[in-house]
Parts: sequence; C-alpha cells; structure tokens
Amino acid sequence: MGAILSLHDVSKSFGALKVADAISFDLPEGQALGIIGPNGAGKSTLFNLITGNLAPDAGRIEYLGRDVTRVPPMQRCLAGMGRSFQIPQPFTGLTVFENLLVAATHGQDRRESDVVDQVAQVLERTELMSVANKPAGGLSLLQRKRLELARAMATQPKLLLLDEIAGGLTDAECTALIETIRALHSDGVTIIWIEHVLHALTAVVERLLVLDFGRVIGIGDPSEIMESREVKEIYLGIEV
Amino acid sequence: MAATHSISTRTRAATTSGIAALVLLAVAIVLPAFASRSLIQDLFFILTMLTLAQFWNLLAGYTGLVSVGQQAFVGFGAYMLFGSTILWGVNPVAALALSGLFALLLAIPTAFFVFRLSGAYFAIGTWVVAEVVRLSVAQWQAVGGGTGTSLPRDARDAMWGVEWIEVFFDVRSSEARDILAYWLALALAAATIGGIYWFLRTRRGLALAALRDNVEAAKSVGVDANRMKWIVFLVAAFGTGIAGGLIFLQNGRISPDSAFAVTQWTAFVIFIVVIGGIGTIEGPIIGVLVFFILQEALADFGAVYLIVLGLLGIAIMLFAQRGLWGLFSDRTGIQLFPVRRRLVTPDRGNS
Repeated sequence: MGAILSLHDVSKSFGALKVADAISFDLPEGQALGIIGPNGAGKSTLFNLITGNLAPDAGRIEYLGRDVTRVPPMQRCLAGMGRSFQIPQPFTGLTVFENLLVAATHGQDRRESDVVDQVAQVLERTELMSVANKPAGGLSLLQRKRLELARAMATQPKLLLLDEIAGGLTDAECTALIETIRALHSDGVTIIWIEHVLHALTAVVERLLVLDFGRVIGIGDPSEIMESREVKEIYLGIEV
Repeated sequence: MAATHSISTRTRAATTSGIAALVLLAVAIVLPAFASRSLIQDLFFILTMLTLAQFWNLLAGYTGLVSVGQQAFVGFGAYMLFGSTILWGVNPVAALALSGLFALLLAIPTAFFVFRLSGAYFAIGTWVVAEVVRLSVAQWQAVGGGTGTSLPRDARDAMWGVEWIEVFFDVRSSEARDILAYWLALALAAATIGGIYWFLRTRRGLALAALRDNVEAAKSVGVDANRMKWIVFLVAAFGTGIAGGLIFLQNGRISPDSAFAVTQWTAFVIFIVVIGGIGTIEGPIIGVLVFFILQEALADFGAVYLIVLGLLGIAIMLFAQRGLWGLFSDRTGIQLFPVRRRLVTPDRGNS
C-alpha cells in the first residue's frame, strides 16, 4: 500500500521555541498511527500542520501524492482529511444532527437531501441517535467527545485525525469509544490519534510515534516503542 | 436500518405564523385605503429601518462582521438615486435598482480593504470608508455638494404609479407619493425577510449558522468562510443601498450629513438588532417595534430619549444577550421562522 500522507523535514517555530523540528514520516493507507509525548512536545502543533490550520516554516507535506504544504484547511477537508479538536468545538446553536449535516454537505460538497441517510448512519455508529435533534450546547462531556468524532466522520474522511478524544472519560465510556474507533478503522479509514490514555491508544493503533521537544524520538511497533529506553526515560520519566 | 431518513423544518408555530404573515401582508397592502397619511409615514419609517436592521443582523449576527459603516451604502445608494435622476433623467422608481447596484459596486473595493481587518479594527475600518465616501460625495457639485439638493419637481411627478394612486385613492400628489414609497418599502422589507429566510434554509445558510458558532471548526469541516463573508457583505450592501435610495426618495431632499449619518443609519440599527435579538430573523422585527414605540413615547424629551436608548441597550447586553426575542424564544421554544432541521426517523419505535 502507498503512503496516504508523507511529511518531509517539516519544521515550525514559535519565536525561539522549536515546536516541530524536521519531522519526517510516511503513513501507509489504512494504518492507524498513535502519537504520544509529554505535554508541550508539539503533538497538537503537528496536527495543525497536517490539517493546514498552521503553516510550516520549512519542509513539505504530501497528501494522496499531492503537495499540500500551502493548501488551506477547507480544501484539505474536501480532499478527505477529517479532524477532531482536543477541546470539543461543537456548533452550540445547532442540533447534533445539524452539526453533522454541515460537515456532511460542505465536507463533501453535496446536497442536504443526499446525505441524510449517511448522517443517520454516523449517528447510529457514534450512539448519538437519541440526542440527534437536541441542541449541541447542552451535551455531556462523553456526548461532546462523540460529537467531535461523529462530525469528523460525517465528512467521510480518508484520513481521520483524532486529538485526545479519550481524555477525561471514565473507563467504561472510554471502552465504548475505543470500540467505535476500532470499527471505523476496520472499515479502512486511516487514522492518526494523539492520546494520553495509552491503553486506549494501544488497543487500536498498529504503529506508535513518540514526540519530544518537537522531534521524533521513536516510531515503530507499539510494544517495542513502549519498551525502548528513550521512551521510558523521556516520556514515562523512569530512570533506566 | 431503513434507508429513508428525511429532514423536516416544519413546526406548528411556523405554520400559524406563516398564515398570519400572509394575512398581515395583505392587510398592509390595502392599508392606504383606510389609514391616515401620518400612519403611512410611520409605517414607512418602520419598514425601512427593519430592512436595514435585517441586513446588519445578517452581517454581524451570522458572519461576525460588525460593521459601523453601513451608512456608506445608505448614503451612496441614495446619492446615486438623486444623481441618476437629475443627470440622466432616470425615473426615480427605476433608479432604486441603480441605488442597489452602485452600493454593491462600492462594496467590492471596500471589502478588499476591510476584510484585511478583524474585530474592532474591522468596525473602525468600515466607519473610515463611510467617512471617505461622505467627503467625496460632498465634492459632487451636480447634486449640491456639501449642502445637498432636492429631487426635481418633474422627476417627482414622473414617478411610476403616482398618477394612478392619485385617481384611485382620490388624494393629492404628495400623499400619493407617500403611498407609493410605503408600498415599495413593504415590498423591500418582505423580500428581505423572505430572502434571508430562504437563504438560511439552504446548505449555505446552515454553514452561516456554523460560522456564527465556531469559525475554526466550520473551516475544518469544509465550510468556505471567506466566500461566505463575501456573499453576505455584498448582499447586505445591495439591500442597504436600495433602502437608502428609497428613504431619500420619500424624503425628497438629500445632504451628505443626513445621508451618511452614523447615528441614524448604523447606531439606531445596531440598537434595534441588539435589543430585539441578534442572530435571528425575529429579533430585528421585535427590535424595530420597541425602537419606534420608545421614539414616539420620548419624542418630547429631547436628549433624554438617547440616554434611555443607551441605558436600555446596555441593560439588554448585560442581562439578556440574546435580546428580547431570545428571552421569549428560550422560554417557549417558539420560532416564527424555523430554520432548525430535524432528523425524521422512519420507524420511531426502533430508533
């Protein structure tokens, strides 16, 4: 399988602080990649660089074989890149259904009547059907997290970027969410997932990338990565 | 799962209000047959202010474009009506279309300038543009320069429909012109509300509501925020320009200070939208009625009137940010112009 996403020496600085330091990796189509690293390692920055919410200072980003380094987020979305935000950002004045409807119609450039069934399907899969016609402003945390996932799914992404979607959930809630993501992944959606809840991450991903101070300090098989000396030292803070 | 889900926006309140609106419109059309001239003039004022408020609400309430310079389009639209009537002999009624068109043309370079700014800078930028246009128009000697001018008598007499109204209602020509202006204002307000309502129910309208709630999230699901800003800004300029032309057509006299008055054409309009409820179609309708009642009640008190308006505006902004309509709608769940799309599941028992 070819790479759906390739980063070549992507760098970004905020003033003197290097938040992305010559990051390079290839993501094969259909793979689920987890990203871990301590707070401030540059995980969310890396996401914003991939989705186009931030422009890199140097380097090149290729998506589906095309250079998208300077392509705005809206067009990356149309090309099949969906994302969730670390802090849920629902359209609070709209209902859950309408939140998904915006994403489905604009993310794919289709008419409302053509996407209703598809939206209903996403609502079923994310267990939001019972609150479909409720305002998104009044949802619980789990429901907001689900809505983040559902709205990204409604754009029918080829590549789905999840930013700490399991954070703040109870174990039971987390397990339910993992099942939803796993099902999505088995449908062939490529996933990049930032997460602090490691057991959630390792339950789904096939490859793990470790970031520290904006640098990739390890990428590979999750169990090997978790056992590596650098990760234990830097990420888990264990003296080896 | 059956593949036959559908979308519905229907509510009972909306069906009732739709019928009520049609009845109201019909009554409003035949009203000049019974109403006094002063009532027709009051209604003209209400309808034109309502139109301006609907367009400002579209800008600020949905796209976050808080413009303090809409008087640029009121004034420019009005001046183009006078200019085309005086210089080219265009019928004043036909010239209303030119008011809208020229306001739209003015909006294009304005947008290039002010879209580089955001928030408070955008607001100030629009005001600056309005002042520049005012000062430029004041140099235009053919329409009276800084002192202004009146609509020529022969142009007024030539207005389409006036003669017919004179005969039909058996009134003098000045009163007939007021009736014509009232009908045009009624048509403009109805078209504005109907048009905005239609737009909000389209796919783009839903995107507009998403932008109102969260710009970054809207962009990340594929909403073209920049294009939406352009569409709304240009449409608002067009409608505001026609309203401006109509207001001064009825007035019969124009000057730079009155046509580009920030208090009259922007501050009062903001007041109407804010107290009524920003981001809804119903808000400006409630707002303009409250504004008119206050103006009538406090007409004899001079400056006190403005103080009361200011205090009321501040109180609403502090204690009821969604305005009077928001207060009512939140408690009752009633929407007269429903744009809420509900998912209708074919088999309620299973879902």
